Amino acid sequence: MASTEAKPTQANSIMVWINDEKITVSQPKTKTILQVARDHGFHIPTLCYLPEITPTGSCRICVVEVEGYPKPVPACSTLVSTGMKIFTNTRKIQEIRKVIVELLVANHDMDCLYCVRNGDCELQELAQIYGLRDHRFIGSKRQNPLDQTSMALVRDPNKCILCHRCVKVCSEIQTVNAIDVTKRGFDSIVSSAFNKSIHESTCVLCGQCVRVCPTGALTERSSTVEVREYINDPDTIVTVQVAPSISVTIGEEFGFPVGTDVTGKLVTALKRMGFDAVFDTVFGADLTIMEEANELVKRITNGKTLPMISTCSPGWIKFMEGEYPDLIKYMSSCKSPMSMQGAIIKSHWAQKSNINPKKIFQVAIMPCMAKKFEADRSELVNDGLQNTDAVLTTRELVRAIKKYGIDPHKLPDSQYDDPLGESTGAGKIFGAAGGVMEAALRTAYWLVNKKNLPKMEINQVRGMEHIKKVKIQITPDLSVNCVAASGLKNARVICDELRAGNPNDYHFIEIMACPGGCINGGGQPRGLDVETVKKRAEALYKIDEGANVRLSHENTSVQRLYSTFLKELGGDKSHHLLHTRYYPRNERHQGCGI
Amino acid sequence: MHSKTITEILVPFPRDEPSALIPVLQAVQSEYGYLSENNIYAISDHLNVPSSKIYGVTTFYAQFRLKPLGRHVINLCQGTACHVKGSEKLIPVFEQELKCKAGETTKDGKFTFNLVACLGACALSPVVNIDSDFYGNIKIADIKKILRKYD
Repeated sequence: MASTEAKPTQANSIMVWINDEKITVSQPKTKTILQVARDHGFHIPTLCYLPEITPTGSCRICVVEVEGYPKPVPACSTLVSTGMKIFTNTRKIQEIRKVIVELLVANHDMDCLYCVRNGDCELQELAQIYGLRDHRFIGSKRQNPLDQTSMALVRDPNKCILCHRCVKVCSEIQTVNAIDVTKRGFDSIVSSAFNKSIHESTCVLCGQCVRVCPTGALTERSSTVEVREYINDPDTIVTVQVAPSISVTIGEEFGFPVGTDVTGKLVTALKRMGFDAVFDTVFGADLTIMEEANELVKRITNGKTLPMISTCSPGWIKFMEGEYPDLIKYMSSCKSPMSMQGAIIKSHWAQKSNINPKKIFQVAIMPCMAKKFEADRSELVNDGLQNTDAVLTTRELVRAIKKYGIDPHKLPDSQYDDPLGESTGAGKIFGAAGGVMEAALRTAYWLVNKKNLPKMEINQVRGMEHIKKVKIQITPDLSVNCVAASGLKNARVICDELRAGNPNDYHFIEIMACPGGCINGGGQPRGLDVETVKKRAEALYKIDEGANVRLSHENTSVQRLYSTFLKELGGDKSHHLLHTRYYPRNERHQGCGI
Repeated sequence: MHSKTITEILVPFPRDEPSALIPVLQAVQSEYGYLSENNIYAISDHLNVPSSKIYGVTTFYAQFRLKPLGRHVINLCQGTACHVKGSEKLIPVFEQELKCKAGETTKDGKFTFNLVACLGACALSPVVNIDSDFYGNIKIADIKKILRKYD
């Protein structure tokens, strides 16, 4: 008997058998069959499972046999117990899994060759693994309309397999609750309240649902064709800026190890694609730091409204405008690095390069879906021109690079174009949650003391925790309380604290909509585990550590921009080009309101 | 007019208590006859349940309605006995006469047309029930005449 054979080797560990191999499991009370099996190299397929959410057990693809159990059990939601004899890959299990895939496919769109997820689809992969060769079941197809109303994401309910990942991520990780499973049986469909379009719903367009969707049901609204058309138009000057996190994530899609920095190759690839000028958004990030640190110091020294909240993350902005409009007064007035850089390209750079700004088409490569929404915001316009004309996510750029027949492995390195290509380590770490805060504090310290922080690294705001607090002594009389929160669930915690009267007396708050920051953004390559995100962050901090210049205020191009063009920090010209406003929005009745 | 406002209906139910959702929905529907968008938002705020979740629940259970009922409710039986006697063929005839789909209410608010699993009157199959009246052994040709009785 299994139960008598198993003797605990330690007080807090048990024995189980997987496919007749004896395995010791420590802390068994929290471990599922799936976790234990995967830790020991037994691969069990999953479709609805995600490590960071409560298991739904809805897809059943992870079923395994357990001796003494009458029926196969889902490995994702069954805890291991003493002496359990688990079989992960019996003939019966293989057949069950095949039938599950066959049934999922039976009423699936099966539009694979025309689907953006072709070759990158979890359902397709399982159909291959379990050897679907003939159409045993032909089910009715669903005929739900495509939702293309949003600037950022497209929803095709006919490709949905009802795994609930998007619903769970939206409710448990982001607490946005824009969507849920509605209706029942064959009619079941993931939709927003009252089946409103994404544009009219409370969705903040963070794209975390797109990042986890196993099929092509949720995708970005692609701008690759539009960008190509402008590149091909000889009358248009197409400039591109690349967000700080892209260089450490895009390599994954071309087989580079996770966390490889491919900056030089990326710049070469963009030049080969035909962009007229390739800029680094890190320059925009440095500019943001100058303006934001200056705003923070002024707000503290002049006794103005505190705390000040960072405004780089457009998903966070939309969330705040919709759910916490009473907190608008705390927001920094700074535009995001993308919009600042766009405004400078179409003013200063155009002027310097003798180009009519109306002829510039400004593209931004972003880790983010909500940036597509930001680019379209009516406030982010200067002199009649939108700061950003098109946004491509990391995934879209990967597809474009492939289409242009560029092999990144063989590319030489190139430099970003001057002057909006000079960057610092401070701007680079914007891509990791806590990075904006660290960079801003380095410069705020300098603004007050006219000397640099004794130690540049602020380790309390690094790492994978989603709420990170630090108190920085700026002068003997002034210490600044800071908190960096990422993921909207954690943003909500901070927002509720502010509504309750700011009991922790924060001066400065950084919020990123996506857990872990931009390196885990909704537009990034699909890396479903925390380890991937951690490695991407480490890569950014390594770049900062090795950078010649690690302080935004020491970026000579930024200094020159102030001395020759903007004239003064937080001055009139800065306010015109680099600052913005926010508006309360009531999605319940007005939708996106734009 | 309704005897109670939405606020009055919600008062007895504890705030921020998601488990009270079904009883609250039933209470609101029994007062108003259906669940309006604004009432769902009020319930959402009271119980701290997202409106998307409430929409999910109300579309899952057949007992909840998101639109007002017509003055007369037609239940066309699709149970086994009625099915065998060809009740499926009656659906398009009703839909054409009423100019609305099964599960919907006519534009003038006169009829709501539902399909039901079994009315328990199999001897009369195929059977349709309108308000408290039952019509058995109905044929396509009878439908117009039956509907004309209601105003």
